[in-house]
Amino acid sequence: MNEHLPILLIIIPLIVAMAARLSVRLSVPFTRGLVLAAALAVLACGAGALAETLARGEPWSYHVSGWPPPWGIELVIDPLSGGLAVLVAFFGLAALVYAGPYLQGRTPREQGSFYALFLLTMAGLLGMCVTGDLFNLFVFLEISSLAAYALIAFGGRRAIVAALRYLIIGTAAACFYLLGVGYLYAVTGSLNMADLAVLLPPLMDSPAVILAVVLIVAGLGIKTALFPLHGWLPDAYSYAPAPVLAFLAAVMTKVSAYALYRILYFVTEAAGPVSVTLEVLGWMAAAGILFGSVMAIAQRDFWRMLAYSSVAQVGYIILGLAVGNVLALYGALLHIVSHSLAKGGLFFVAGGVNWETGVRRVPDFVGMAGKMPLTMAAFVVAAFSMIGLPPTLGFFSKWYLVLGCLEAGAWVFVAVLIVSSLLTAVYFFRVIENAYLKGKDDARAAPPFRPAGRRFRLELPAGMLLPILVLSIGVAVLGLFNEQIISNVIHYALPGMLP
Amino acid sequence: MTAEAVFSVAPLVAVLISLAAAGLILFCGGRPDLREGVTMVAAVAKFAVVLSMLPAVLGGAVVETAPLDIARGIALHFRVDAFGLLFALLASGLWIITSVYSIGYMRSLKYGHETGYYASFAVCLSAAAGIAMSGNLLTFFIFYEILTIATYPLVVHRRNAEAVSGGREYMVYLLLAGQVLFIAVAWAHYLVPGAAFTPGGFLAGAGASVLALQALFVLFMVGVGVKAAVIPLHGWLPTAMVAPTPVSALLHAVAVVKAGAFAVVRVTGFVFGPELMGELGVGVVLAWLAAATIIFASLRALSEDHLKRRLAYSTVSQLSYVVLGAALATPAAMLGAMFHIVAHAFMKITLFFCAGAIYATTHKEYIRELDGLGRRMPYTMGAFAAAALAITGMPLLVGFVSKWNLGLGAVQAGQPVFIAVLIGSALLNAAYFFPIVYRAYFGRAGEEAAHAAGEAPEVAIPAAGEQVAAAGETVAPGGEAKPSMLVPLLITAAAALVLGVLPNLGLQFYTLAQMAAAAVAGGGPGPAGGGM
Amino acid sequence: MFGQYYHLLDHLAGYASWWLIGVLFLIGLYGIIVKENLLKKIMALNVMQVAVILFFLNTAQKSGATLAVLLPGETAGAVDVYVNPLPAALMLTAIVVSLAVMGVAMALVIQVYRCYGSLEEPEVLRRMHK
Repeated sequence: MNEHLPILLIIIPLIVAMAARLSVRLSVPFTRGLVLAAALAVLACGAGALAETLARGEPWSYHVSGWPPPWGIELVIDPLSGGLAVLVAFFGLAALVYAGPYLQGRTPREQGSFYALFLLTMAGLLGMCVTGDLFNLFVFLEISSLAAYALIAFGGRRAIVAALRYLIIGTAAACFYLLGVGYLYAVTGSLNMADLAVLLPPLMDSPAVILAVVLIVAGLGIKTALFPLHGWLPDAYSYAPAPVLAFLAAVMTKVSAYALYRILYFVTEAAGPVSVTLEVLGWMAAAGILFGSVMAIAQRDFWRMLAYSSVAQVGYIILGLAVGNVLALYGALLHIVSHSLAKGGLFFVAGGVNWETGVRRVPDFVGMAGKMPLTMAAFVVAAFSMIGLPPTLGFFSKWYLVLGCLEAGAWVFVAVLIVSSLLTAVYFFRVIENAYLKGKDDARAAPPFRPAGRRFRLELPAGMLLPILVLSIGVAVLGLFNEQIISNVIHYALPGMLP
Repeated sequence: MTAEAVFSVAPLVAVLISLAAAGLILFCGGRPDLREGVTMVAAVAKFAVVLSMLPAVLGGAVVETAPLDIARGIALHFRVDAFGLLFALLASGLWIITSVYSIGYMRSLKYGHETGYYASFAVCLSAAAGIAMSGNLLTFFIFYEILTIATYPLVVHRRNAEAVSGGREYMVYLLLAGQVLFIAVAWAHYLVPGAAFTPGGFLAGAGASVLALQALFVLFMVGVGVKAAVIPLHGWLPTAMVAPTPVSALLHAVAVVKAGAFAVVRVTGFVFGPELMGELGVGVVLAWLAAATIIFASLRALSEDHLKRRLAYSTVSQLSYVVLGAALATPAAMLGAMFHIVAHAFMKITLFFCAGAIYATTHKEYIRELDGLGRRMPYTMGAFAAAALAITGMPLLVGFVSKWNLGLGAVQAGQPVFIAVLIGSALLNAAYFFPIVYRAYFGRAGEEAAHAAGEAPEVAIPAAGEQVAAAGETVAPGGEAKPSMLVPLLITAAAALVLGVLPNLGLQFYTLAQMAAAAVAGGGPGPAGGGM
Repeated sequence: MFGQYYHLLDHLAGYASWWLIGVLFLIGLYGIIVKENLLKKIMALNVMQVAVILFFLNTAQKSGATLAVLLPGETAGAVDVYVNPLPAALMLTAIVVSLAVMGVAMALVIQVYRCYGSLEEPEVLRRMHK
């Protein structure tokens, strides 16, 4: 059992996805329990696999069906993929817990479809993390994306259009990626990442490889929502249902960024077209950071504001990858974690606020702190992490990014990071001001009337409140222990750190 | 010179006590007595913990906690030297007094939502202690930012439009400065990875170019200068006067602005060091900037009619004494700068307590309304007069000790011109404080009150449950402030008087400052004038 | 008769197929960007996918080779005789993927038409933001 952990990561959600759609006809609570158990099991598998590879001190290669690479499909658990798999599994679990109250009032059929699609998305993303094969990566990319399109369409009338537009752009992106892989295959005759890493270096300057890199970066850049390829993101993020949204925002773009990192740093080497690509990516990311922040300030809709903020924050990750020295990579990888926690938490908060009060627009947040104190406190912590105020996790990822940029002498990037922090502060403090400072007079004029029977009523259903609080506490606590994450996991996720 | 290190958890405990207190305060928010009891207990406990480090530090040792690796290559590290202890003692000692005062103040002016107020206050003090005791730049920066954030709820406590816009301005200034400081800290860390604060500076051997170091110095000074309210970065301070008075006292005397001044000394004395600053030629520029701040802010204070705002400009001016001393960086100047942190704390907190007591008792906040108040509130105005005298640098009062050393430092630095600045400032101080005292004791209350009623619509509307002197009423019997406000301000005023004669009394502030200044100057003997 | 040019023709033929695939891919991309009808966009998307599939299959081709089926009389190791089977296997998967994409896309298109009564993108967007 233990030696099959890598494949279990993918198999469990796939099987339970199908089972859930069927068992929902029998009993909804049973299905929900099954789905949650599956998510928990996946998390345990991920954690076990990560612990195993860290204990071994080398990548754990799993040959699907016993076919050795490069012929068969290889799953690779190393600290990088294992760590990301744990993150994905954790967010899957959190979003599923959160989704419970959100799905109340939907028909069992819809709930079953939701759970099935959600687990499919999870399976796809986990597969993207652990696969060691470029074509397999494409397949998992499509599995996760297709399920995600359908999940987004759950959000109602407008979400359908957003989902369809995302589908068109996303599939085109996948085509780009696949074409790039095709070129690599045509040149080397292999699709296995480890094998390619051996075969490619002498060929780096061939036109086919240049074209391949460009196509792959374009394809994954679209999936990562890297400026200026982010066009699909604001609509899709504005209309999707909150649990889906938090999950997608937290990990989906990150997994694509991870794929980019994996290919640029582990498959190809930083020579020829790749270093130019990285330079271009750096500038795109810098522009995206500023663009996303400015656009976020311009939004009045809270969800859309967070969506544009994602465009900016993904830029941080890509910026770190582009700078590419050890510190910058620490920063980029830590930012994957910190942004996932913070943005996931923020979308949970957005969903919770909307669920409880129906509020979506920033000006309507007036007095929200009085109505939902815990939720808004979690919001503040997550917002601080997004701004990068110590001692939250976001501060430390920014710290490494800035140090990395300093080491690379990239002063422009340092300035971009700082300016972006300030812009981020602008749009989050606007919300904080509304929630905490305005509308106090009304609140005092009419003290909240609490009938005795409802005295212990939580501001949100426990299933929604719990993930919100866990994430915000995680942001604060992991900030203090980020050194442990870096030394024990992220350090080994850098190219060349593991044999 | 490497001081002997004593390992102890005391610094960490001192920081955590008030953080835990903040949590407890939020937890028992519904019960005011319990909430305020927690505040008091935490304040006293914190002071005791800080005080327990005094003997070791006086013995020439450095109290350290085991470093907690918080980021790769740099740790969360508390390391208490003489200078850090000076500030920590000051902050934690004044927290007790301020707590008593703010309980009295907040109970007389019912603003509401005080739980957040006390909690933020505790977090502020935690951050101030962290700043004082941090052993390296990253630790310092973390607490510096926490302080910024924790002060924000205090500034906007009133929740009206004025407070919100004041808070916004506060946030813009301080976040901007925080980010600039962030670059500086990261850069310094990049030049000398993980360096601890070293008396005499650690950047000299970094091998960076002069231009780079000059740029770094500018970044540092912009970063900490905003908190220290050095002109032209002072704009937020008068605006932040919308906060309740204990908060202003905290801002000015204990935590925020003081933390900025502390940071200036830390950066000049312990990051760059006097020698490097001399080589870079940045000290002189900073000194002139400080001199300009001293004079300009004093002039600005002259024309300010709002009492608290006048005090705010006075703070801007006074804290530039510290900056001036740090910029001159001679032993005596450093001593003056460090001791002025203490001296100014006692003087300014007294003044703010007085202003707050006046406001809470009579709802007067403009100087033109203060006529005859000396007869109504004799103790309060007496304390005010004493503190005002001390600020002008009257011999035998606490302000003189630091000014004397600053003057000596200017001579040591070969720049006696700054003595003229000090004297000019003393005259200006007298010019803007004595009219207040004069009015209070010799002003004609009856006429003036009628005058004010007719002409000053912006007089605050009395809150419910507030006893207000009716217009035209002469000295009301028993018009003094409540004891919980009066006693703290008398204590601080007494301290301002006594420390002028015996600067070492009680907490050995002067010795601590001497030790720190001597360490910065490279282990030389204590400067002249030490025996005051 | 053209024996000596055989290689050249083969070469040209090979290149022509690559060019055609490239053109096909670009036609698909053009359709996605320019067409306003959502259904046409999806058709263009399919054209793009087909181009990629053909690209992969093209890499496997060798002149004169046959299917990778072990026929009687052939030896298993004779690679010259067989077309590379791997791309074909991969493309079976890719076709399935594209089929799934089409399925989801069509389901969404139907929903869009039900909700908005139109498939012209500008019109749909106009009605959506109404």
